[in-house]
Amino acid sequence: MVEPTAALEPVHLRPKVAERPAQGEAAASQANVAMSVEGLSAFYGKFKAIEDVSLSFDRQNVTAIIGPSGCGKSTLLRCLNRLHEIIPNARAVGKVMMDGQNIYAPGMNAVLLRRKVGMVFQKPNPFPSMSIYDNAASGLKLAGRVPKDHLDEVVERSLRQAALWNEVKDKLKQSAFNLSGGQQQRLCIARAIAVQPEIVLMDEPASALDPISTLKIEDLMVELRKDYTIIIVTHNLQQAARVSDRTAFLLGGEDRIGHLIEYAPTKEMFTNPKDDRTEQYITGRFG
Amino acid sequence: MATGVVRQYGQFTPKVMRRRRTVNVIMIGVFSVCAIVILIPLVHILMYSLIKGASSLNVHFFTKPPQPPGQPGGGVATALVGSGIILVMASLIGIPTGILAGVYMAEYGNRNAFATTVRFVADILLGVPSIVIGVFIWTLLVRPFHSFSAIAGGVALAVMMIPTISRTTEEVVRLVPGTLREASLALGIPYWKTVMRITVPAARSGIGTAVVLAFARVGGETAPLLFTALGNNFFQKDIRRPIDALPLRLFNYAIGPYDEWHRIAWASAFILVFFILILMVLIRRIARGRFKNVV
Repeated sequence: MVEPTAALEPVHLRPKVAERPAQGEAAASQANVAMSVEGLSAFYGKFKAIEDVSLSFDRQNVTAIIGPSGCGKSTLLRCLNRLHEIIPNARAVGKVMMDGQNIYAPGMNAVLLRRKVGMVFQKPNPFPSMSIYDNAASGLKLAGRVPKDHLDEVVERSLRQAALWNEVKDKLKQSAFNLSGGQQQRLCIARAIAVQPEIVLMDEPASALDPISTLKIEDLMVELRKDYTIIIVTHNLQQAARVSDRTAFLLGGEDRIGHLIEYAPTKEMFTNPKDDRTEQYITGRFG
Repeated sequence: MATGVVRQYGQFTPKVMRRRRTVNVIMIGVFSVCAIVILIPLVHILMYSLIKGASSLNVHFFTKPPQPPGQPGGGVATALVGSGIILVMASLIGIPTGILAGVYMAEYGNRNAFATTVRFVADILLGVPSIVIGVFIWTLLVRPFHSFSAIAGGVALAVMMIPTISRTTEEVVRLVPGTLREASLALGIPYWKTVMRITVPAARSGIGTAVVLAFARVGGETAPLLFTALGNNFFQKDIRRPIDALPLRLFNYAIGPYDEWHRIAWASAFILVFFILILMVLIRRIARGRFKNVV
């Protein structure tokens, strides 16, 4: 899986499209890429948060994005489902390719994109006015009419996938707020995968949880990797090392603009980092 | 810094402690008295109007129309029905308008000039004396049709409800955490549906409170009704004709010359205050829903 092919290397190290040897070869490697970012910069008003980031995410892989606070990890993640743009004055420039289309191209629909790119947030955020069942079903229910038995099926499947079914199957009609923090977060994961996205973005999904719950979420990620492409932002280097196949290291410079410093298979990055700054960061000398 | 000075200030001598205790007792006394001052008017109003009007608070009070002057008995049934009709009309116009305007200002018109203007105007409207609103509706709905009417009364009260509801709705919708909005958008749910199905329901207890508050506020309004609903001694089903209302009945009977009228006025006052009391209890119930609400 983690064999380094052309597609797995950072885009900026790859030859430009025109120089690529053969169209057929490029297409073959494309098939394994769920999403690729090309020259992406993101702004909050005049402030540039990340600059010229290029990398690609493999299908059915866990990719971790690490880096010190304020380096633009979350911004990068939020650009991948265009959630970045809901912040006033925020915008993104560059390309994010998915299924052969640039999600930032004019006429592309952010709502349809977000059906394919789900997201789990730092703090568990189940919908407060809904039951556990309705939370898990919300993505489908709010999108349109769905027959009840199909809904039952989807709710059970996604709660099972999120390893929550056995804990909640007897209290599906209760408020989601009665669950513990870890259970709420797994409910949020169930809610995200109920609409069967291709990619699930996770923004520090375990940072608000206790160690046991964190472990459960990590196990879950490894499990979900079979069906989904997972991109996770984390502060926790051990977590990145435990769960991810590849790791991207982002770092903000003097000007606080985040750049992609290194992108490599996780094992390689943690044992033999190519960049000095990566080595300093993962050995805990800063950040 | 000299350590001696620090030690001097930091020492809790018996004298310092005694003074602190004294000041503490005095201040707690002052705060308690202020708290009691709030209680006095309400308790007084309820007790006094109950004592004065108790003899009139019987079945006839609620079921009989007013009697001709000087005749004993009679009730305020016409006023109760009239108030009901006017309040239903005011609610039908005021509640949806107020809520939707509030949601618009919180969710869509965050930074545009139009919403800023609307917000400013709503704030002014909140402070406009109710009698001015009565006169305004009079020129709009009474004079052109050459008749006082229940409709005019309903519209006048609706105009008073709208700014209260819309401003409060805006505030509570704004309080809904952005993370809920993001969670919904990230599921591929369109923005308008996120607003209607996630954000607004999360704020529903706050919105419910705003609605009941506005309803209670206009329920006892008299001045705007003087110029619009006018009052009526008979049952009136036609909403294009003048209609009675409890505050109007209270006003007319209180300034009248008969003791019987005064008793009924006191009883009406008791009912009005009691009505507010019930609504406030309702508000406290709304705040505790089946599911935990965010706002």
